[in-house]
Amino acid sequence: MAGGPSKALLAELASRPGRDSFTSSLIKGAFITLSLLFLAALLFAPLITVFATAFSKGIAMYFGSFFDSDTLAAIRLTLLTAAIVVPVNTVFGIAAAWAMAKFEFKGKSILITLIDLPIAVSPVISGLIYVLLFGMQGWFGAWLQERDISIIFALPGIVLATMFVTFPYVARELIPIMQQLGNDEEEAAITLGAGGLMTFFHVTLPKVRWGLVYGVILCNARAMGEFGAVSVVSGHIRGLTTTMPLHVEILYNEYNFVGAFAVASLLTLLAVVTLVIKTLVEWRTGYAKH
Amino acid sequence: MSATLRQPSILPGFGLTLGFSSFFLCALVLIPLTALVMKTASMGWRDFLEVLFDPRVLASFRLSFGASMLAALINCVFGFVIAWTLVRYEFPGRKLIDALIDMPFALPTAVSGIALTAVFAENGWIGQQLAPLGIKVAYTWIGVVVALTLIGMPFVVRSIQPALIEVQRDLEDAAETLGAGRFTIFRRIILPTVLPALLTGFTMAFARGVGEYGSVIFIAGNLPMKTEIAPLLIVIKLEQFDYAGAAAIGFLMLVISFVMLLSINLLQTWGRRRLVAAGR
Repeated sequence: MAGGPSKALLAELASRPGRDSFTSSLIKGAFITLSLLFLAALLFAPLITVFATAFSKGIAMYFGSFFDSDTLAAIRLTLLTAAIVVPVNTVFGIAAAWAMAKFEFKGKSILITLIDLPIAVSPVISGLIYVLLFGMQGWFGAWLQERDISIIFALPGIVLATMFVTFPYVARELIPIMQQLGNDEEEAAITLGAGGLMTFFHVTLPKVRWGLVYGVILCNARAMGEFGAVSVVSGHIRGLTTTMPLHVEILYNEYNFVGAFAVASLLTLLAVVTLVIKTLVEWRTGYAKH
Repeated sequence: MSATLRQPSILPGFGLTLGFSSFFLCALVLIPLTALVMKTASMGWRDFLEVLFDPRVLASFRLSFGASMLAALINCVFGFVIAWTLVRYEFPGRKLIDALIDMPFALPTAVSGIALTAVFAENGWIGQQLAPLGIKVAYTWIGVVVALTLIGMPFVVRSIQPALIEVQRDLEDAAETLGAGRFTIFRRIILPTVLPALLTGFTMAFARGVGEYGSVIFIAGNLPMKTEIAPLLIVIKLEQFDYAGAAAIGFLMLVISFVMLLSINLLQTWGRRRLVAAGR
């Protein structure tokens, strides 16, 4: 930069559109205002409404609504479903990620597309397919009825539909991370005589643990919040087959707004915790990269 | 550089992990989806078409696809504005807002459904302001669009953000030095870089919108022929134990999702090629 540009050139540059600080700040202000207005109407107002309505009749009413036996049953069912679905999907996600990320084989891209499929499928269809299999007029309907096994309108159906909807999340988080990290360290471990499990737990897992944490958390949030798929298979039997989101619908349709939004506020907190963990994980991995 | 391993590998567990995940995939996804296809196939063409050309079904498809398309278009505009604001400007609360963009994705759909209805109903915070203007949002098709706009927003913003970061600032500076106006820079430099990502985001928001159920049914009002979405019609048919009718609608929606998934993949390949070509 010997000498630098002349003063006249600098002045000329400053007069050009992009350097016009007044117009620039005007555009900046307009963009920020527009973004905030859009988000305020569609996102912030509904989020605040959830808590405003839940607490509209006072704190006692808010906490009182959780002592309803049907509400407690719904919370229990949601926790139970998540407790079954999340571990199974985590094991599947890890197995799928190991196979997809560590090896090259024919048909791999088809398998990856199939893993993503439940995300593209409407939640209602995710429920429908299990009704077609296990419902009264379904493929196995008569066989199940003879043996007095109920899947649809019972816990197994709810678990299956939830599992279908949430099973891509762990694998989707892990596959890109494991692909990016490569195989060198694992190969070194194996060459030095470590077993497969030892290699996974001591070499691979520490490298991918934050991605795994986020995948599991996301899977859990989706499992607890799933509405459409579960709605189709649950049969809406109060206190028996209603999960928290379904219970929100029942209370809302009964005009019990405090109750509906109180349960909704728990689900909102779940989403907030999920986002906080996601942000923390992103910071962690962000630091790890530098 | 990317150290992809060829088929012979010293790493163990290939058979086990591939076998387990393929088995799981078949049991949980492929066999149930086959049941849907078989059920539809067992109907015969005439019954199938009769279900699809039922005026109520046609109306629901029109609403589902029309509202999803409109919502995805709205998201392209506002998604770009939001992504641009988050990438290019520094302002207090930027990080918080960036984190909150994923909220509609993490929030259970039933919650966003009842909350949006409460806000946009005639006695709600925003519904109150719109009512004197003669605009009814809740329980009309506009409500469906509003719900689908919220649901699709994170997809569009999260697709555009990385692409906007990729836009080479020195190209913009160079164009400016050569006398290009703001609009020219937008049209010739920013838009071409962001376009593949914008299309991907659009398709994802659109696909998600067509299948969306929980957040829509509360605000839609669900009037037959007017504000019934296609997924709701599946639920209604199932409640009437019309499995075949439900399967037919589900099958058509599934075919459309497949086509859209495929086009997302093609768009991404196209975008990557363009980026590589631009890098040369």
